[in-house]
Amino acid sequence: MTLFTYVLLGFLIVSALCVSLFKNLLTAVVVFMSYSLVMSVIWMLLESPDLAITEAAVGAGVTSVLFFITLKKLHAIEKRRKPENEQQ
Amino acid sequence: MNSSKPSLKQKFTAWLENASMLDDAMEKDLAKGSDLKAQENEKAVYEAWEQRQKNRHDTAVQEEHALYERIHHWTMTGGAKTATILYRLFCIFVCLAVTAFMLMMVLDMPAYGNANSPVNNEVSARYIEKGMEETGAVNIVAGMILDYRAFDTLGESTVLFIAACAVLTLLRIDLNRHGLPTEELIAAEADDRHHEPKDDVILQRSAALLVPIILLFGIYIIFNGHLSPGGGFSGGAIIGAGMILYLNAFGFKATGKIMNFRVFTVITFCSLMFYGLAKTYSFFTGANHLHSIISPGIPGNIFSAGLILPLNIAVGMVVACTMYVFYALFRKGGM
Repeated sequence: MTLFTYVLLGFLIVSALCVSLFKNLLTAVVVFMSYSLVMSVIWMLLESPDLAITEAAVGAGVTSVLFFITLKKLHAIEKRRKPENEQQ
Repeated sequence: MNSSKPSLKQKFTAWLENASMLDDAMEKDLAKGSDLKAQENEKAVYEAWEQRQKNRHDTAVQEEHALYERIHHWTMTGGAKTATILYRLFCIFVCLAVTAFMLMMVLDMPAYGNANSPVNNEVSARYIEKGMEETGAVNIVAGMILDYRAFDTLGESTVLFIAACAVLTLLRIDLNRHGLPTEELIAAEADDRHHEPKDDVILQRSAALLVPIILLFGIYIIFNGHLSPGGGFSGGAIIGAGMILYLNAFGFKATGKIMNFRVFTVITFCSLMFYGLAKTYSFFTGANHLHSIISPGIPGNIFSAGLILPLNIAVGMVVACTMYVFYALFRKGGM
């Protein structure tokens, strides 16, 4: 394996840990998207391009969009307002 | 009380009315005022008993309060800390145990690319050596999943269809009995554009640029599934993602013209039926050594590989529609 693969695998582990440790759910979903993207590059390096295409479309695209919608339904991406703004 | 002997019924009604726990004889004794001294004695005993009860109750309340204070104090200071530390230690232990277990399992697997590993048996050898000749597909993966193991793929598409139906049943918000929108539907409509500006120019311009390319790429991947990497599922997912982008940019009014529940049901049902019938035909002729009218063709041509191209199209349509319907239902509960 080349250095590039090791860097990608390291990024994969770090982002997987970050997804579970981030308190902000929106950030966690964005990091999860980047995880899927790196995973698809790794599939490419493992010589399975069809899995790479599917991972990029489903993992990074559709799943994250569904997560965003769920967060919106749960009102988890409300912008936290400061008290003085509320008074105005 | 009656002077004569009361009947059972009278006795019963009297007992009901008086609702006294004492029977007639005792009542009479009491009425006579049999013993004042005894009464006084009884009163004193009763008072002493009451006092004792009260004392006991007070001490119990005090003890309980003290205990509660102690527990409260413990949870606020030492207890919460101890519980948190124990919980975290337990979590770390479980994570490490699962990781170690999985790594042990991985170590037991044959090395990547080992010629003697059990994966490289006669089945995969046949797929690789005779796959192109038998299926006519240059892409070995497409030959495998849509020819040798086509019923697996039919099952997968059916699972997607069933999942979409389940989501539809759970999340769809219907009109009410008179065909008018319900309060829930109105609330969903109002909530739909909660964080998103309507007719966002940047999004619309970039979508107008990107969506045709995305859709074309998806169609290319589906139609070229037997020649190059990809196939029905990947292409369908890409087309679904492109449709979602279009919906985000231009809203439900634009996509509703071509896509609604009826179109979704018809497309997925027809695709799955076509898939099932076509594969039944090919398996039937193959198993009975009959001559099939579907020929593998010349490998490398776009119209080759027999049924793989139409099956790819069917799978792609199911997947694209399912992705879109998932999104629409999650977002608004309708289309």
